[in-house]
Amino acid sequence: MITFAIGLSIILLIVVLFLLFRIGTLASIFRGSSQRASGTTKTSNKVNSALLLLFLFVGGAAFFWSFARYWDEMNQPLASVHGEWTDSLFWTTMIVIGIVFVLTQILLFVYSYKYQHQDNKRAYYYPHNNKIEIVWTLIPAVVMALLVFAGWKTWTKITSAAPEDAVVIEVVGKQFNWIVRYPGADGKLGVADYKLIDAVNELGVDFSDPNAQDDFMPMQLHVPKGKPVLLKIRARDVIHSVFMPHFRLKMDAVPGMPTKFWFVPTETTNDMRSKTGNPDFNYELACTEICGRGHFAMRFIVVVDEPEDYEEWVAQQKSFVDQNPDILAKFSNPSQERLVMSKEAEKAEEIKSEL
Amino acid sequence: MSSADISIHKDVHHAHDEHDHHHDQNFFEKYIFSQDHKVIGKQFLFMGILWAFIGGFLSILFRLQLGWPEATFTFLEPILGGWIENGKLNPEFYLAMVTMHGTIMVFFVLTAGLSGTFFNFLIPLQIGARDMASGFMNMLSFWFFFLASVILFISLFLDSGPAGGGWTVYPPLSALPQAIEGSKSGMTLWLIAMALFIVSQLLGGVNYITTVINLRTKGMSMTKMPLTIWSFFLTAILGLLSFPVLFSAALLLIFDRSFGTSFYLSDIYIAGEALANTGGSPILFQHLFWFLGHPEVYIVILPSFGMVSEVISTNARKPIFGYRAMIGSLLGIALLSFVVWAHHMFVTGMNPFLGSVFMFLTLIIAVPSAVKVFNWLATLWRGNIRFTAAMMFSIGFVSLFIAGGLTGIILGNSSLDIHLHDTYFVIAHFHLVMGAAAFFGMFTGVYHWFPKMFGRMMDEKLGYIHFWLTFVAVYLVFMPMHYLGIAGFPRRYYSWTTFDSFSMFGDLNAFISIAAIIGFGAQFIFLFNFIYSIFKGRRASMNPWHSNTLEWTTPPLPGHGNWPGEIPAVYRWPYDYSKPGAAEDYIPQTVPFSETQSSNLPHEKDLE
Repeated sequence: MITFAIGLSIILLIVVLFLLFRIGTLASIFRGSSQRASGTTKTSNKVNSALLLLFLFVGGAAFFWSFARYWDEMNQPLASVHGEWTDSLFWTTMIVIGIVFVLTQILLFVYSYKYQHQDNKRAYYYPHNNKIEIVWTLIPAVVMALLVFAGWKTWTKITSAAPEDAVVIEVVGKQFNWIVRYPGADGKLGVADYKLIDAVNELGVDFSDPNAQDDFMPMQLHVPKGKPVLLKIRARDVIHSVFMPHFRLKMDAVPGMPTKFWFVPTETTNDMRSKTGNPDFNYELACTEICGRGHFAMRFIVVVDEPEDYEEWVAQQKSFVDQNPDILAKFSNPSQERLVMSKEAEKAEEIKSEL
Repeated sequence: MSSADISIHKDVHHAHDEHDHHHDQNFFEKYIFSQDHKVIGKQFLFMGILWAFIGGFLSILFRLQLGWPEATFTFLEPILGGWIENGKLNPEFYLAMVTMHGTIMVFFVLTAGLSGTFFNFLIPLQIGARDMASGFMNMLSFWFFFLASVILFISLFLDSGPAGGGWTVYPPLSALPQAIEGSKSGMTLWLIAMALFIVSQLLGGVNYITTVINLRTKGMSMTKMPLTIWSFFLTAILGLLSFPVLFSAALLLIFDRSFGTSFYLSDIYIAGEALANTGGSPILFQHLFWFLGHPEVYIVILPSFGMVSEVISTNARKPIFGYRAMIGSLLGIALLSFVVWAHHMFVTGMNPFLGSVFMFLTLIIAVPSAVKVFNWLATLWRGNIRFTAAMMFSIGFVSLFIAGGLTGIILGNSSLDIHLHDTYFVIAHFHLVMGAAAFFGMFTGVYHWFPKMFGRMMDEKLGYIHFWLTFVAVYLVFMPMHYLGIAGFPRRYYSWTTFDSFSMFGDLNAFISIAAIIGFGAQFIFLFNFIYSIFKGRRASMNPWHSNTLEWTTPPLPGHGNWPGEIPAVYRWPYDYSKPGAAEDYIPQTVPFSETQSSNLPHEKDLE
């Protein structure tokens, strides 16, 4: 019944609108405005040009108001060294384009209002002026050159090689969560091979590698404040992207192609909790490359510690091998492993010969 | 050279004259399998409008989810069936809708719908030709597009859903059916549809280029062509050079999906199994995709540049300012569009040095784009502006193009792109600069050339209402998205509530969704106006806008062959508006200088 009532009222509304439209059309024929050349009728010119000007003022005011209103929310708390560079470059560029935006929009709408059609007027025949063209080609060219230069300098600094003493952490994306691996006391990550992956050994670490013995995989990503941290990024299945908004950090995780990104955190989680006044504040790691059903839920907690707290935390972590002693059994007998491999190879060859 | 051309033209005229006299076409030849460029143009327009409503409707569906993530959508069950699970939208279907919205809008509406309509309709009419160089190829172009449309449409109704890996269909996600439902048969149909679509584009492109080069009427030198034709011509070249690259990318993806090759796949463990594929590179696909993908955004926007230039000049009653600078900037943008593709890939792990190079090349594009905007503004200056519906949309276009184009300067900067890549800042940027702006270009074209297409006028007042609702809605939807983007809200997220960092802006998202619904609703005003005016609109005169270009010298509803008699010759450029000394404020291209002695400029005296 309600659906019927809604349907009926919609139909009635459409009928009323249609009748209004017909009346308007007939009235314009009666007034003779349809006899004039299109776009020269007085009322529609006045109304439209006034609305354009109104749009400029109201729209502009709404823009500035909303910008100020949401200023605090749109600026995520910042916690990395390179983030300071990119943030300042971002807002510098925003000011430059903001000025151009305001000027050009004002000219567009004010000209539209000012030069609306008048019967007794004629437009000014002004087909070209090469001097002006050169001027307004050169000005954006120079501004662009400056912005490119600033961007290029920042970019080379950010993407330069990580310092030797950087803390190395592996971050691996999979459907639909992140796994991190620390190199342990030896500072070296053991080699990994995607063919070794199973339900326990989710990263396919080769535990016959001595470097892998002390690797550990915690449930949170801890990094020390003020020290360079190098993320070695991999993906297991499809492309993911490591995004840590507070560190202004993003790098794709690509299957078959390891990537990396290094940064220096500047504020600990506790610093940030008192700074933002939010006792539950957490740094987060999100995925920004579409990866399937759970793309929106690949949340991982990032914790920035004071260097000494970080050392303490690392010392507390148990290596993966300690936690899963059974895992070594798989790697204890390399010859057996090889036998299996060669059998597989044989199978593959059989298939080939069949084909 | 020119004499040879003329003799060819004469032959063509004869053939057509005979054709007209001796052969009555039946219904199918005239309206379905037509080889007439005007009918084909309208076919593209109808398909484009149909697709635009489907694509727009999808966006409303996912805006409902984003605006009210906690709400239940049981009322959508009659439409979506199994995709609503316990009142909740299925997250994979959400991704599929995002994907199809992008594919439909970019390719099927703003490429085929926009180029297909106006290139076909306007090129012969504005250069003074009886038809396209090959009417048959032109017809094939439409029917390949139609076939692609049917296949893509069918994919919407598959059990496993349509393609769901984003409109960029990056492998391995799009290559592995285990990874997402959308990579099952939905993706297969997507690839087939795109392959057919590319065939359609290439058949059309060859035709457009050939027609512009060979079939211009007497006197229509390249420097007397309207800017519309210049932009169409360059767009067709872009398409012809870049679409084959997408074809090869799609072909290799088909091989990876169906024949076990490893072009894009390497070292993958998925669904409890390590795949044998090794040595491929997912990045290779991205390079190939964006080698088309970037020129593609200019394929979408260049035709609008042309049409807007034409409409602004006509309705400001002023010559377009800097005609040659406009052509030069079109050429510059077209050329540069081929060497900036990797700015979509700054954070893919590509060598940082490449990032620097592509940043430099990308930011250069801002220069010719700025020149265009300044020229449009200079054209309005001291004009005598007639606010037709088409003109309103042109002004809206310039405003949106500025708003969206400027943020490109930020995104093209690789160090700023680190934070903003794949966030709503990107969504806001490209929707303004090539989505909404290209739609405004399309509306400009429809309102302006409707009289020539259907012999009747569209209702101007409804046009104004349509314009204002759409214009305001576009800004209300996309301006706030910048704020979300600066805060880092990632795109293609089913909901943001899982993250503390993205827990704010719930109100803003609901606001955006409401604005989107209003904007979508406003399009039904256009639809009504469009259909009603085809049948009941006021009859159009031959030249209702007092415009200079050649198409307005044809009868209100041009028949097969366009001009009843001889094709008119061209004597002057198309922008002699408000020339001092002339009786009217416009002098059509077909008026020789000998008839306008009172208004001729000193250097034109020799041409009398």
